[in-house]
Amino acid sequence: MSADLVVHGAEWTVKELFVYPNEFIYWSIQIVMYPYMTGLVAGAFVLSSLYHVFGQKDLKEIAQFSLVFSLALLPVAAVPLLLHLQQPLRAMEPLLTPHFTSAIAAFGIVFSTYALIVLSEIWFVYRGYFVAQVHALRDQPGIGNSLRRSVYRGLTLGAYDVSDEALATDHKAAKILAAVGIPVACFLHGYAGFIFGSVKANALWMSPLMPVIFIMSAVVSGIALCMLTYIVIMEWQAFRNRRRGGAVQASEIRGAEADVVSKSARYLLGFLVAAISLEILDLIFRGYTAMKSWDILRSVMYGKDFMNIFVLQYTLGNLVPFILLILPGRTIKRTVLALLLVLFGVFMMRWNVVIGGQAFSLSFSGYMHYHIPIIPHSVETFKEGVFGALFVITLPFILFWGINKFVPSLGRDAGTG
Amino acid sequence: MKKHVLRPLWVAIFLVGSILIARVFLVPDDFGVHGDSFTYNFYRLSNVQEWKDFPAKYTSEKRCRRCHDENAGLLRESKHAKLRCQNCHGPGAGHPKEIERLSINTTRDHCLRCHQRLAYPSSQRADLPGIDGAKHKKKKECRKCHNPHHPDLEDM
Amino acid sequence: MSCSRREFLKNTMAGAVAAAMPACSVILLAPGEAKAMTDGSKLRWAFLVDTEKCVGCGLCVDACKTENEIPYDAPVSRTWVERYVITKDGETHIDSPKAGRDGFTTGEIRGEEIDPEDIDKAFFVPKLCNQCDNPPCVQVCPVGATYQTDDGVVLVDRKWCIGCGYCVMACPYGVRFFHPIHKTAEKCNFCYHRITDGKQAACVQACPFEARKMGNLRDPEDPVTKVISNERVQVLKDEYGTKPHVFYLGLDEKVR
Repeated sequence: MSADLVVHGAEWTVKELFVYPNEFIYWSIQIVMYPYMTGLVAGAFVLSSLYHVFGQKDLKEIAQFSLVFSLALLPVAAVPLLLHLQQPLRAMEPLLTPHFTSAIAAFGIVFSTYALIVLSEIWFVYRGYFVAQVHALRDQPGIGNSLRRSVYRGLTLGAYDVSDEALATDHKAAKILAAVGIPVACFLHGYAGFIFGSVKANALWMSPLMPVIFIMSAVVSGIALCMLTYIVIMEWQAFRNRRRGGAVQASEIRGAEADVVSKSARYLLGFLVAAISLEILDLIFRGYTAMKSWDILRSVMYGKDFMNIFVLQYTLGNLVPFILLILPGRTIKRTVLALLLVLFGVFMMRWNVVIGGQAFSLSFSGYMHYHIPIIPHSVETFKEGVFGALFVITLPFILFWGINKFVPSLGRDAGTG
Repeated sequence: MKKHVLRPLWVAIFLVGSILIARVFLVPDDFGVHGDSFTYNFYRLSNVQEWKDFPAKYTSEKRCRRCHDENAGLLRESKHAKLRCQNCHGPGAGHPKEIERLSINTTRDHCLRCHQRLAYPSSQRADLPGIDGAKHKKKKECRKCHNPHHPDLEDM
Repeated sequence: MSCSRREFLKNTMAGAVAAAMPACSVILLAPGEAKAMTDGSKLRWAFLVDTEKCVGCGLCVDACKTENEIPYDAPVSRTWVERYVITKDGETHIDSPKAGRDGFTTGEIRGEEIDPEDIDKAFFVPKLCNQCDNPPCVQVCPVGATYQTDDGVVLVDRKWCIGCGYCVMACPYGVRFFHPIHKTAEKCNFCYHRITDGKQAACVQACPFEARKMGNLRDPEDPVTKVISNERVQVLKDEYGTKPHVFYLGLDEKVR
């Protein structure tokens, strides 16, 4: 078959029993990655806002970090969509001719608003630092330094006043934006849930609970990722300090770290419980009301997807980390394991919704099995395969490394916020 | 309150403004609501004509009869009267000016579409005379014995 | 003083009326409004499928692919035919090999031989886009690339579609797919280019058994409309509230 005849979805779909001829798994791994990445963005931002808005002082360091990390995650959230679109060059159209009855169109506006809020908040938090850098780099020799200085000059947007009053205004503005950003972040992720929950044609997706479930699990994943990255970075800094013989500094870092982790974990647990409760509620309702679709849904959920849903997502991804985090004598190692399991659990939730919703045919008389392309042999099998997903997941770390060079957010170099 | 606080707002307004200006150039003029409802009638108007201009491949059966009246007459008197010329001869628009000869589907599979015997109760399929394609004169083209324009078994 | 005030008022009134005229004309004769008024939906396409007459020859699928340039060997089609075989043990066997493109030339379903003695009933069901009155696929398009015309047909703008696939996921009937070459959303459009030119849709013309017919629901004298109005007809999946406009005669309860 020539490349022209590549029917999107046919490559990785295996049909069983009766499936309508035009049905394939059209929304594959990138559509799993997309709500996952936007969830991380929203969650990271909420974590940061918990400090800025509710004044949780002990969250100060991780708040700084998670704010900047959410900025690194932001452009990455759009990448899965660009990889998925059959016409990626037309990607701007939802902003040019938004058809607002579609959740995806409204999302374009909400996402842009959210991006502006995050960028603005970072600006207010770091403006003092930018100005300080402009002054500090003034007499430094070398092309690298003058380039850096130009970047910082641009970043100040021409506002050089660093009087106490100005900085206090910055602080207040950041706080307002952090507060405003929370409902926008909820909207952002609620919309992702609405994209699925409003599709009446899909028996698994259609549910008014979908937006709320998505929000809860988004916050869970965001907090977990920020905690995890924070721990990794703190541990590495401690390790580096120990090697240089700064034993005192290492234990100082350790102490602060444990406190931050402990506080964040509490929030994580709360959202985790909320997320899993809603999902189980949804399942109970479906089983109780036993609509036309229940037979096939049950055979999918309790049959071929039992491992994915009950073992990987509910047990490994929710129950086990829950126990690991509430048991007394919590160590960093145990916390790291719990966080990794949580992140895995949230990923499985997205997977089970997106792929699970396409595991059965609209005919309710057949199944579709998803065989994710592993070794890419074409552009399409790269974009919608394992390597495409890996590309998306590594991108925020690369971006963060770059952004952190201008907007440092770790340890003692953090901005004034 | 310090004025610099509004700087990000100016940036935001600039970006939104750029998109609104870009719209003027990038969005076709006839894009809008053409009907009662924004939900169902939001589109680029000229697309309707584009679809109307899509080239047709099949012509009307009457046209075939104008020149091929002998075969058409034969067909009309036979048990195959229901068949359309283009069912076996393919799309006829452009014939004879652009396409001199139309192809003919003479494969067994083509005849088996109707004549593979499937004794389905409650379906008209069961009323069609048929054979088991896997057994009856395997690999032989049906038309070698049955005239497609007059396949009536009484003639054989 | 009062004179000039009167003058002023008179001039203001005259000016206001003069300004209102062009404003009114813009509003009254705005393209959208004019179109809605003149069309008055005198034409609403509807389709009638008679499953009692369908023998599963698949000539309709063949003709559709040829007419509408859907790659012949690709496993997708704008229309398709399903076969239902209900056996005495209560099992329902359903298949649609190659969307029915080559007809049904064997009694086997997915390699399983079915003894004709075991069959309670068996029939064929052609399916195509229902050109719904409340099309969920149009509702979810983020960019306005798919829409409903004033005669009820749902079209896709190939030049504007971004290929997100939301419309494909939103259709409860599974009629939509991605065109393998154009890489945009694709589906049956009642052969819009033919029906607006006085021709029959390719599948309607190709069917030797008159299982497929089309008509204008707004014309009470239309033979298809008469059947829909006076005989017992069914539609697929009406519980979704889509208001489909493909009507069926003889649709069995086992049809998915």
